[in-house]
Amino acid sequence: MKKSLYIFNPGRMSRQDNTLKYTAYDEEGAEGQTKFLPIENVADLYVFGSLDANSALYNFLGKNGVSVHFFDYYEHYTGSFMAKEYLLAGRLQVAQTGHYTSLKKRLVVARKLVEGAAFNLLKNLRYYQGRGRQVAEEIAQIELYVSGLPYATTIAELMGYEGNIRQTYYRCFEQLVNVPGFTFSSRSTQPPQNELNALLSFGNMLCYAACLSQIYHTQLNPTISFLHEPGSRRFSLALDLAEIFKPLLVDRTIFRLLNKKEIQPRDFVRELDGCLLKEAGRKTFVRVFEERLKETIQHRRLNRSVSYQHLIKLECYKLTKHLLNMEEYQPFKAWW
Amino acid sequence: MRPITATLINLYHICHRELWLHAHEVRMEFFSDAVQDGKQLHETAYPQRADRNREIMLGGSKIDFYDPKTKVVHEIKRGNKAEQAHVAQVKYYLWLLEQHGAPGATGLLEYPRLRQTQKVELLPEDYAAIAAWEADIRCIVESEQCPPVINKPFCKQCSYYELCYVDE
Ligand code: SF4
Repeated sequence: MKKSLYIFNPGRMSRQDNTLKYTAYDEEGAEGQTKFLPIENVADLYVFGSLDANSALYNFLGKNGVSVHFFDYYEHYTGSFMAKEYLLAGRLQVAQTGHYTSLKKRLVVARKLVEGAAFNLLKNLRYYQGRGRQVAEEIAQIELYVSGLPYATTIAELMGYEGNIRQTYYRCFEQLVNVPGFTFSSRSTQPPQNELNALLSFGNMLCYAACLSQIYHTQLNPTISFLHEPGSRRFSLALDLAEIFKPLLVDRTIFRLLNKKEIQPRDFVRELDGCLLKEAGRKTFVRVFEERLKETIQHRRLNRSVSYQHLIKLECYKLTKHLLNMEEYQPFKAWW
Repeated sequence: MRPITATLINLYHICHRELWLHAHEVRMEFFSDAVQDGKQLHETAYPQRADRNREIMLGGSKIDFYDPKTKVVHEIKRGNKAEQAHVAQVKYYLWLLEQHGAPGATGLLEYPRLRQTQKVELLPEDYAAIAAWEADIRCIVESEQCPPVINKPFCKQCSYYELCYVDE
């Protein structure tokens, strides 16, 4: 089975026959351990450290449909190397563009995305409410916002609702994470101001990258989005999809990591005015996040067991059908 | 629309929705194991065949194995309940050959896994049938609307299964 590779340490990657060869550099910059990986086992690469590579490697990766996503020191996504988009369908491209340029059509999709996201984050709140956390007020507040969604007539309005829903949701975080040493106050990015914010930024970025990878394996154009403005990031359709999956993939991972004390205050560094996850913490996060992506559920309709990662791809299929006027898009709502 | 191909003829006999999706370039096969498997079947089933047979292109359709000496088209398939579609595809090859000035060819459908072969000939009544298939295919493909799912057991093996049946 194909796996995502995450590279945290500086090193050199090269091609050796049909295999990827990776040599890590040690602290002094000298070559250390070498690992070999058959290309057929690699789904995509996520590069956090500084990686030395040449165009022969990228040609090899491109031919094998392996994309590479890069992140800077602050773990911000900076860009991707995408293999040639051999799968883009002419007709679908036109349809996708049409659904973006017509406000009426765009609103339909954008609204569904916010609806799906709200449903899934409410699911998290209700789960914890069932375990005695006082979140009734926030749930009611979010439901109120959701009831306003059908009346939104502009994308800006929808984005406004989305922002309000999320803010209300984040207000509960300190309660959901019942661990001393983690305060939240409010969402802050660039840079995150405290530990919870650092985790959210890191997790959301992983979710974005996971969505991007799945979109890439379909024929949707990742640059044309509906809720987010195309161009807000290069592959803004991944931002759209990530909205739906963040509550299940990222937030649940964070609650687990903190409540089980797998990540602790000592896993962070506070620098100047920001807070960052240290390497050991990032590794733990990625491991649990990957486990989450691989976790399977029995799909009600398809009668097969599918992983969370695969759910993202199914979301792409549903969007495809919507864009081609085959079936109206219904966002994924966690049913269990 | 682009020319009718043997692939479309084959799909037409399997599922009109699949035909529409394929013709609109919504493709899944690239990552599907079944297609990989089909490629392998070709490469491994008859390795020594390459010297006598030729691969030929006829107006957008590709015949993998054609023996110009004996005028036999070989089509290799896995046996999977779509035999009728396979026959239609081979008949179409024979018709194409005739259109391109090579009449009198016959076809051999081969199922190496089942150790079976089936002879296919172009019969007088097939000409009208092929014309009707083509007209029908044009009609389906040119429609704005994708045909509905067919809800057949076959769907479970189809590369479009998830696309077709996922709803929420
Ligand atoms: S899954 Fe069934 S309905 Fe869908 S394209 Fe395949 S055969 Fe046709």
